[in-house]
Amino acid sequence: MEFDTIAAISTPMGEGAIAIVRLSGDEAVAIADRVFHAPSRKKLSTQPSHTIHYGHLKEPESGEVVEEVMLSMMKGPKTFTREDVVEINCHGGIVSVNRVLQLVLKNGARLAEPGEFTKRAFLNGRIDLSQAEAVMDLIRAKTDRAMNVALGQMDGKLSRLISELRQALLETLAQVEVNIDYPEYDDVEEMTIPLMLEKSTWVMKEIEKLLQTSSQGKILREGLSTVILGRPNVGKSSLLNSLVQENKAIVTDVAGTTRDIIEEYVNVRGVPLRLVDTAGIRETEDIVERIGVERSRQVLKEADLILLVVNYGDELTEEDERLFETIQNMDYIVVVNKTDLSQQIDLARVQALAGNRKVVTTSLLKEEGVTELEEAIAALFFEGSLEAGDMTYVSNARHIALLHQAHSTIKDAIEAAHAGVPVDMIQIDVTRTWELLGEIIGDTVQESLINQLFSQFCLGK
Amino acid sequence: MPTKFEAGTFDVIVIGAGHAGVEAAYAASRMGAKTLMLTINLDMIAFMPCNPSVGGPAKGIVVREIDALGGAMSKIIDKTHIQMRMLNTGKGPAVRALRAQADKVLYQQEMKKLLEDEENLTIHQAMVDELIVEDGEIKGIVTQVGAVYHAKTVIVTTGTFLRGEIIIGDLKYSSGPNNQQPSIKLADNLKELGFELVRFKTGTPPRVNSNTIDYSKTEIQPGDTEPRAFSYETTEYITDQLPCWLTYTSEETHEIINDNLHLSPMYSGMIKGTGPRYCPSIEDKVVRFSDKPRHQLFLEPEGRNTREVYVQGLSTSLPEHVQRKLLESVPGLEKAEMMRAGYAIEYDAIVPTQLWPTLETKRIANLYTAGQINGTSGYEEAAGQGLMAGINAAAKALGKEEMILGRADAYIGVLIDDLVTKGTNEPYRLLTSRAEYRLLLRHDNADIRLSDRAYEAGLISQERYDKFDTKRKKVDNEIKRLRDTILKPDAKTQGVLRDLGSSELKDGIRAADLLKRPEMTYELLSTLTESPVELSTEEKEQIEIQVKYEGYIEKALQQVDKLKKMENKKIPENIDYEAISGIATEAKQKLKQVRPLSVAQASRISGVNPADISILLVYIEQGRIAKLASNE
Repeated sequence: MEFDTIAAISTPMGEGAIAIVRLSGDEAVAIADRVFHAPSRKKLSTQPSHTIHYGHLKEPESGEVVEEVMLSMMKGPKTFTREDVVEINCHGGIVSVNRVLQLVLKNGARLAEPGEFTKRAFLNGRIDLSQAEAVMDLIRAKTDRAMNVALGQMDGKLSRLISELRQALLETLAQVEVNIDYPEYDDVEEMTIPLMLEKSTWVMKEIEKLLQTSSQGKILREGLSTVILGRPNVGKSSLLNSLVQENKAIVTDVAGTTRDIIEEYVNVRGVPLRLVDTAGIRETEDIVERIGVERSRQVLKEADLILLVVNYGDELTEEDERLFETIQNMDYIVVVNKTDLSQQIDLARVQALAGNRKVVTTSLLKEEGVTELEEAIAALFFEGSLEAGDMTYVSNARHIALLHQAHSTIKDAIEAAHAGVPVDMIQIDVTRTWELLGEIIGDTVQESLINQLFSQFCLGK
Repeated sequence: MPTKFEAGTFDVIVIGAGHAGVEAAYAASRMGAKTLMLTINLDMIAFMPCNPSVGGPAKGIVVREIDALGGAMSKIIDKTHIQMRMLNTGKGPAVRALRAQADKVLYQQEMKKLLEDEENLTIHQAMVDELIVEDGEIKGIVTQVGAVYHAKTVIVTTGTFLRGEIIIGDLKYSSGPNNQQPSIKLADNLKELGFELVRFKTGTPPRVNSNTIDYSKTEIQPGDTEPRAFSYETTEYITDQLPCWLTYTSEETHEIINDNLHLSPMYSGMIKGTGPRYCPSIEDKVVRFSDKPRHQLFLEPEGRNTREVYVQGLSTSLPEHVQRKLLESVPGLEKAEMMRAGYAIEYDAIVPTQLWPTLETKRIANLYTAGQINGTSGYEEAAGQGLMAGINAAAKALGKEEMILGRADAYIGVLIDDLVTKGTNEPYRLLTSRAEYRLLLRHDNADIRLSDRAYEAGLISQERYDKFDTKRKKVDNEIKRLRDTILKPDAKTQGVLRDLGSSELKDGIRAADLLKRPEMTYELLSTLTESPVELSTEEKEQIEIQVKYEGYIEKALQQVDKLKKMENKKIPENIDYEAISGIATEAKQKLKQVRPLSVAQASRISGVNPADISILLVYIEQGRIAKLASNE
C-alpha cells in the first residue's frame, strides 16, 4: 500500500555514535506517541511542528524502556516527504537502532521499501521533474539488491517452517471456505471453532518461538565478533583452520572496518562467528606483534568472544597469565591444545584462572576435542537454552516486523474465537496471518487458497 | 450467401438471450436505449441447460446485487421457484446466501413475458453470422438470412454456443447446449477480427423420471418454512414448495466408472477443453478422490409441470449405456428411467483480458461481450456480466456515464475485475473466497451498496429509491440511538442478562456495546430499549449486523479506503510502457496486454510486482508534472 506510514533506519549501518529511525506518513506522530514518553508527559500530537523532544521509548504493553532518545517531530508539508515525519535519534549500534525500528514497526508502521522515502517525496511534489528518472533507477536498483540480499538471507529452515505454518493455516482456511461455499456437502467436516482454535494456537506458539530467537537473530546477522588469542605457536592457526574447514564459511574475506584487519565468517552450530584478524593469524601468528598493542587492545575490546589458546605440552608462561588478566572481564573459552603431546600444563591452575569459564582440551592435530569446543561456543551463546541445534533464526528486520504483525492478527483470531465470533469472521484474521507469513517468504498469491480448496475436497455438480 | 437487406437501426443489439443476454437487453432498454435482442431460438430465452437452481454462496449475493441494480433474475426466480433456502445461517452474516430451486420452464416463460412487455425492447429469432466492423468500431450485425441491423453498440452473449460440440462417450457432434444449433460462423468471424479464443469444457448430468425413483431410499431436503425472496420488490411469497432428495453413489458405482474409464472422452484424450475444477465429472471425482467411499447426489425436480429430475453430482460424459448402469447402482435410482443422458460440451470463449472493465472489447470499440463467452460458468455470473454490459453499452449509446463496480462494491465487481485483470484458465466460478471484502459484500446490504448508483443510472424507479432511502435513514437513526442510549444495571437488565447466561453489568453500558456481546440479539435488546419507530425484519437484521460486527467492518473499510486511493490514481490511456525503463520486462508485457485503468488494477496483475508499481506511480506523476509545465 502506498499511503500508510513507513519507517526505516536512515543512517548507515554500523557503529556510529547516533542512529536515526525515520517515520513518514499520516500516522507517524500517532505511532510515535504510542511509544514515546517525554518527562513532561505531553503528547507529541499536541506539540508545535518542527520541535525536538527528549524522552524514552517504551514497549506499550510491558512498559519496558527500550531507548533514551531525542525525537524530532515535523508535520507536513514542510518535510522531506511532505508528509508528517518523525525522526528518532537513538544511540548508535546495530542492536539499539534495530530495537527502535522494531518498536515502531510493531506499533503500526510498515518497513519502508527501498527508495520509498525518496519516492514519496517525489510523488508529493517535493522533488522536481529532472530527478524522476533518478528516483525510478533508485527504486529498481535498490529493490534488485535488496531482493538478492533478502533471498540470500532467507534461511532454508526458516522458509520451511513458515511454509509449514502457512500450509496448516491454508488447510484450515480451505476447510472453512468449503463449509461456506458448499454448505451441503456432508462429507466435508464442519470446521468447528475448537479445531480452528487448535491450529491457530499452534501457529501463534510457533511464531512466538521465532520471535524469541529474533533478538539473538540480530547478533546472528552481524556475527559474533571473535578473536583467537594466544602465544605464538600454541595452535591458533590450526584452530582457525579447523573452525573454517569444519564449518561452512558464510562469507570469506570480507573487508572489515579497517583495512588491515581481515575477517572470516564461520557458522558454528548456528552461531555465526566473525573471526577477526584471520589474515594476521595466518601470516604472523601474532596479533599483538602485527598490529601493535593499541590496535590489538581495541580489537579485544570490541570482541564478543575470545578463544584463548594455551599449550598442553608446555607450562603456563607469564605471557599466558598476562593474557588471562587482559581478558578477565570478557566472554572467553580456554582451549588447551596439543593433548597429543605429554602434559606439562597445570590444568587446575588453568581452571582457576578461567574461573567459571569453560576450559576445553583439544588436539587439533588429531582433530580431537573440536566438537566439545563447538558445543561450548554454542552453549555460551545461547546461555544453555540451545535446543539441540533445532532452532530457526529470524534475523531480518522486515521478517521480524511481519512476524509481529502475524502474531497480533492470529492473536485477534484466537480471542475472537473465544468470544464466540462466527467462524467466517475469525477467518478474516486467519487469512491476514497467512498473507503476512507469505510476505516473509515472498508468496501471497490468493489463487493458492482456491487451489487448496479443490485439491483437498471433492466438490461439484 | 443470401442477399443482404436493411432490417433496422438500434442503440443496442444483444446477441443471445441466455442469462447474460436477457439482463443486458432488460437493463439497456430500461435505461431508455432502443434495444434489439436476437436469439437462435425464441423458446430458449433464459434457458437453464444445467442445474435447475439459482443462487447459493456468492452467487446468491450476485442475484441480490442484480436486483439492487434493477435486474430481472431476482424478480423472475421469486415468481417461479419451487423451493427456497437460506444457506449458512449458522455462520456469520457475510456468508449467508439464498438459493432457490427453479421451475425451469416457468422461469423461461416469465422471463420471456417480462422482456416482451418491455417498451424499448425488440425481440427477434435469428442466427447472427457476422459483425460489421469499420475502422475498429462496431457498426452492426448480419444474420444468417442476410438481415443487416445497425447499432451504436453490440453485446455478444453467446454462452456455450460458439463452435459448441457435445461429447458423449466416443460420440462427438457439433451442437449448442441441449442439442441447439451451434454458432459457428460468428466464432470464425471473431477469430478473423483478431480475438484470442480459448477452448473450455463443461458438463451436465443425466435426468431421470421422478415416477421411477424410489424416494424411500433417499433423504428429504425441504425448503425453509420462513418466506424468502431475492428481490427487494417482492411482496408475494410462494408457500407451496417441493422438496429435493439426497442419495449417494455406491461402491458399485465407483467400480463401474473404474471399469469403463477407457470409454470416457475425458481420459481418452477426446476432450481437449479445460474443465472447471469446481464442477468435476463423476469420473473425475472417483479417480481423483479414490479414497472416498461415496459421493453425494442431490435429486432436484426441474419444475412443477414435469417429472424430470436433475441428478446433481453425476455430471458425466461416459457413453449412454454406462450412464444407465451408473444410475442403476445408486440407491433409489435402481429402476430409474433416464430421460436425458449427461454430456460434456466444449466451446470457444474469449480470453477476457481483451476486455475493459466495462466489458467493452479493447480491440473493437462499442462491442461488448458478457457471460460464458468471457470464460465464466454459472447463470448468476452470466447475468451479472450481462447486466453490466447492458448498462455500459446503453450508456455509451446514449452518451451517459459508464458504470464500473469495484471489488469493494459488489461481487459483480470482483468477478469482472478478476476476469479483465487476471484472466482465467478454466471456466470461472465465483466463490466467497475470491472477495477480499466479503464482510462488506453481504446478502442483506446489496441495496445499500448499489441503490444510489442504480438510481443515478435510471435503473430503478423513483418510488423504489424513495422506499430504499427511508429504510436507510431508519437504520442509521436506530444505530445512532443505540450508540447514544445508556442502559443502567437495573433489575430488568440484569435479569435479562442472567437469563441469557451473559455477565451482569457493573456499570452503565451503551446499548450498542451490549449488542456486541455474541449472545445478545437485537430482539432481546429491544425488550430493554425499544425503538421509537416500527422496524421491519430486514431493518432489524441490518442494524444488528452493523452494530455487532462494527470492529470488523471498520477494519475492512480502512482497507477499502487505501484501495480507493490507489483506484483514484488513473493511468493515462496513451501510456507507453516501453518507454518506462525501470519496469521489468514481464511486467511490461502484462501491462501492455491488460492496459489497467488505475494503479490499483495494475497492482492486481500477476507478474507485476510492487517495485514495478512504484516506478509506474513515479512515471505517471512525472507525466502529470510535465503536462502542467507545458500548459503554463
